[in-house]
This record gives sequence, structure tokens and C-alpha cells, in this order.
Amino acid sequence: MSGTTPTVRRYTPAARANHWLTAISLVLLALSGLSLFHPSLFFLTGLFGGGAWTRAIHPWIGVVLVFSFAGLFVRFFRLNLPANEDAAWIKGLPEVLKGHEENLPEQGKYNAGQKGVFWGMTILILVLVSSGLVIWDQYFSQYTSIGQKRVAMLTHSIAAICAMLIWIVHVYAAIWVRGTFSGMTRGSVTAGWAWRHHRKWLREEVQKEQGGATPGE
Amino acid sequence: MANTTGVAPTMELVRQSATKGGISGPLPPSANDVAKLIDVSKCIGCKACQSACLEWNDLVEPVGFNTGVYDNPHDLTENTLTLMRFTEWDNPATGDLEWLIRKDGCMHCADPGCLKACPAPGAIVQYQNGIVDFVHEKCIGCGYCIKGCPFNIPRISKADSTAYKCTLCSDRVSVGQGPACAKACPTKAISFGTKADMKTLAESRIKDLKSRGFAEAGLYDPPGVGGTHVMYVLHHNDQPQLYAGLPNNPKISAIVEAWKGVTKYAGLGVLGLAALAGFVHHTVMGADRVTRTDEENGKRVKDGVA
Ligand code: HEM
Ligand code: SF4
Repeated sequence: MSGTTPTVRRYTPAARANHWLTAISLVLLALSGLSLFHPSLFFLTGLFGGGAWTRAIHPWIGVVLVFSFAGLFVRFFRLNLPANEDAAWIKGLPEVLKGHEENLPEQGKYNAGQKGVFWGMTILILVLVSSGLVIWDQYFSQYTSIGQKRVAMLTHSIAAICAMLIWIVHVYAAIWVRGTFSGMTRGSVTAGWAWRHHRKWLREEVQKEQGGATPGE
Repeated sequence: MANTTGVAPTMELVRQSATKGGISGPLPPSANDVAKLIDVSKCIGCKACQSACLEWNDLVEPVGFNTGVYDNPHDLTENTLTLMRFTEWDNPATGDLEWLIRKDGCMHCADPGCLKACPAPGAIVQYQNGIVDFVHEKCIGCGYCIKGCPFNIPRISKADSTAYKCTLCSDRVSVGQGPACAKACPTKAISFGTKADMKTLAESRIKDLKSRGFAEAGLYDPPGVGGTHVMYVLHHNDQPQLYAGLPNNPKISAIVEAWKGVTKYAGLGVLGLAALAGFVHHTVMGADRVTRTDEENGKRVKDGVA
């Protein structure tokens, strides 16, 4: 039956490229940041050519991330706006964790959890870039006081931990819910996957196809 | 070379940045403690110490601009590790105009904020005699030390992107010599020796100042950072901030303590727990797989049947 399993298009090639650039920069930022975060992780600076290189390169990867994430934001924010079924999803989270999504109302392209990842990352990246610029001494040290830099430093480390937490949730969800990765690798998911997890979206996509409209990203 | 300081040239390390072991908190007092005593009341502002510092450390401060004050350059730099800061103060009690001249530079705290903040193993070290030193080969130029310092001392060099500050002439002290600045001072406003000796010397100076009408004369050895290995005799020890903003009660900022303390443990702990939670959830629940029924239902929707 594998050859005939119908699929639904979920991401355009451009959206996937955008996603993976964001993912790579985020992982590199987390690794380089963590290497300075705690002495037990300082060895990670070896991945970037030593401590001085790590220190110099980290903020530049941050710049890449900001532009890359801005692209994702523009692509995805409409589909991440609140919807009626969000409240039920949040209330039904225990059911979701047990793998019983069928007990919840049908979900659009993104459920409330995925929207949480999206908006959480949006806010945290804004916090990380603004605090990051304040502590980017090589170019911007003269614009802020030491007191402000201390606050920015603490903010940056706490926001980084929160961003990594969201990252863990995001990646774990993609691993646990089998069939998810193909959306970001091949750009499509099986109709069964869409039925199981995003039934409302599946119906919308089919309707759009039948109406001759192009599928959304 | 003769030992001119009465200080044993022991340079044993007691703590290194971002390294386990070593002491925590302020360096406990010991007989090996050294100190530089700067008697502000004896300083004539000639900047011989500033020149001697450049000379001994083989540094050059590029010619800058005159903005109408004596401070030259206007701030500490990666070359100017010690700087005379001039303050004109109208003493309201006496009506006198006082010229307060303070030799700024690293205070060599017993509890160094720079060392606490530094993320690079061994880039900042503290010797058992109290000297705090930067090790340039290990410095990554992040500037965390600047945020950790309660006195705003370290500067990052544009040339080699590493942090610089007064070394208390650790290279000279290790061979029984006093710091270059102390050697150059024509009025003996700068002395160097054991911390105990320097405190005794300070006491005699303070007594003298008090007899001359400076009732609040005293020793600046701030306890908030565990005491310092550079100390000042101040005529107005009740108002250290008069001397170009010398902090009144310096200590490592609570924000820096939170950043380098609880944030690290809580942060790594929370990340570890999240990863563990994922592992446990997956083990208990098993993967969430799309069933054959799901595929059939999905196909039906796709084919426009449902
Ligand atoms: C978005 C733009 C960003 C900028 C401009 C930026 C900038 C900086 C700077 C300047 C530092 C100090 C070390 C250095 O000079 O390299 C730093 C440290 C750090 N960054 Fe970023 N960063 C950004 C994003 C991120 C992201 C997305 C993460 C994590 C996912 C992150 C995690 C960290 C961590 C953990 C540290 C070490 C904090 C500590 O030592 O406590 N940064 N960042
Ligand atoms: S600039 Fe150098 S000495 Fe200062 S905290 Fe960073 S690594 Fe340590």
C-alpha cells in the first residue's frame, strides 16, 4: 500500500530551506552559548575553533538567526493566530500526551502547543537579540552602562535557557509524533497523519484543492 | 637582585577562573598578603606612576585630546592600566577648595568579581598573596570581567582582543621587587609591602591627618569585596565617592551573583529534566504512530468521500 499512500503538501521548498537555516543557526547558537554558560561545557568551544572564535562568532550567528526567523514569522504567523479549538486543546493536553487526540476537537494546521512554540520562540528571540546587542562589546560597548550590561547578561542567559527548553519540546514532539519529520524533509505528510493530528487542516487543504486554489505553506 | 619589599616572593595560585577546586568567597587573610597603599593626601598629581606603569609594561598610550581637565587620557585603557583622576571639591565645612587626586586602577579584591564572571578556564587567576592577574593566552575577550568588576577596571584591547588591567606588577613582585608605580613616586605616596605593614603605615598617616583637622581621615579597604590589596588613605574616608566616584561600599553586584550562581544550576538542571521527561514519556507511551485506520480515513477525505 506504501506506493499509494496519499500525501498532503505541508511545506514549500522555500519554507523548508528557511526552517532548516533557522534550525541550524539556533543549534549553533545554543552550543556556542552553552560553552560560555558553564565551565563544564567550555570544551564545546572546540567546535568553533577555540574560545576566542566562539565568542566572536556567536553574535554573528545570532544575526543570521534573526533574519532567518523573521522569514519564518512572515510565512507562519497567520496560521498561528488563536483559534476556537485552542482552548480545548490546552484543556485536553493530558489526552494529547496519552496519544488520544481523537478525544479533542479537530485541529487546524497548528494546534495550541505548536502555536505556543511559535510565539514563545518569537518573544524569546526578540529578547535574545536585544539583550545580545547590549552585551556585544566588540561593537556596541559604548552605548550602554555596565549596570545595563549586567541586566542584559542575566536576561540573555535566562532567555537562552527558555529558548532551549522550547527547542527540546519542539524536537521531542516531532520525534514522538511519528510521520512529522517528512513535512520538513520532503515537504509532505501522509493523509493519515493529517487526519490523526490536523484534521481540520486536512479538510481545508482538500477543499482548497477542489476549489482550484494553491495549497498554503 | 635584592628583595626590596620585605615580601616573600611566593606566587602560589589559590583560584582560577572557570575551574573547579580553589577557594570560594573572599581570600582568607594570611601572612603572605601583599598590599599597595596609596596615600591620596600625599599625591601631587605628577603622574610619574602613570608613566612608570607604561614604561615597565612596555605600553604606549596614543596622543589623545585635551578637553580641559587634567585627566589624561580620560579613562583607563588597555594601555593605561593606572590613571590619575582629578576632582576639584569645595569643602562646605571649611570653604576650602580641595584638589582630590586619586590613582585609579585595579584594587585586587580578595573576592574578585572579574574572576567570578570569567567563563574561560584559567584566564583570571588569584595568587595566595592576594594579587589578581589576567592570563592573556587563555583570555577569549568576552568582556564578562568588565561586568563582574565593582570598580569598572578591565579594558579589552582592540589590538589583541584580550582584557587588560593592573597586574600589581606580579612579575616584579615574584622576584622580590615592588610595583613600578611605587618605585617612581617622588613623594612616597605609593608604598608596597605586606598587607599588615601597609595597615600599620596607614594608621600613622591617618593619625597625622586627624591631627591636621581631617577628622574623617581613614583607610579604604572595603569589606564588601573581602578587603582589597590596593588600599587608599583618604582624607575624607566617610565620602569615598568624592574621589572621582570611588564606590562607597563596593561588592559584587547581586545581578552578577545571580547570573553566575543560581542561573547556571537552575538552567542546566531544567534542561536536563526536560530531556529526561521526554525520554521517560517516550519509554512509557511508545511512539505515537499513524494507524492503518487513520490512513484509510485520510484517504477518504482526500478523495472527497468524507
Ligand atoms: C539573536 C541574536 C543573539 C546575539 C546578538 C547574541 C549575542 C551574545 C553575546 C554577545 C554573548 C556574549 C558572548 C559573546 O560575546 O559571544 C552571548 C552569550 C550567550 N548567548 Fe547569545 N546571542 C544571540 C542569540 C542567542 C540564542 C538564540 C541563544 C540560545 C539558544 C543564545 C545563547 C547564549 C548563551 C547561553 C550565552 C552565554 C551566557 C552566559 O555566559 O551566561 N544566544 N550572546
Ligand atoms: S575578557 Fe578574558 S579575562 Fe575577561 S572574562 Fe572574558 S575571558 Fe575572562
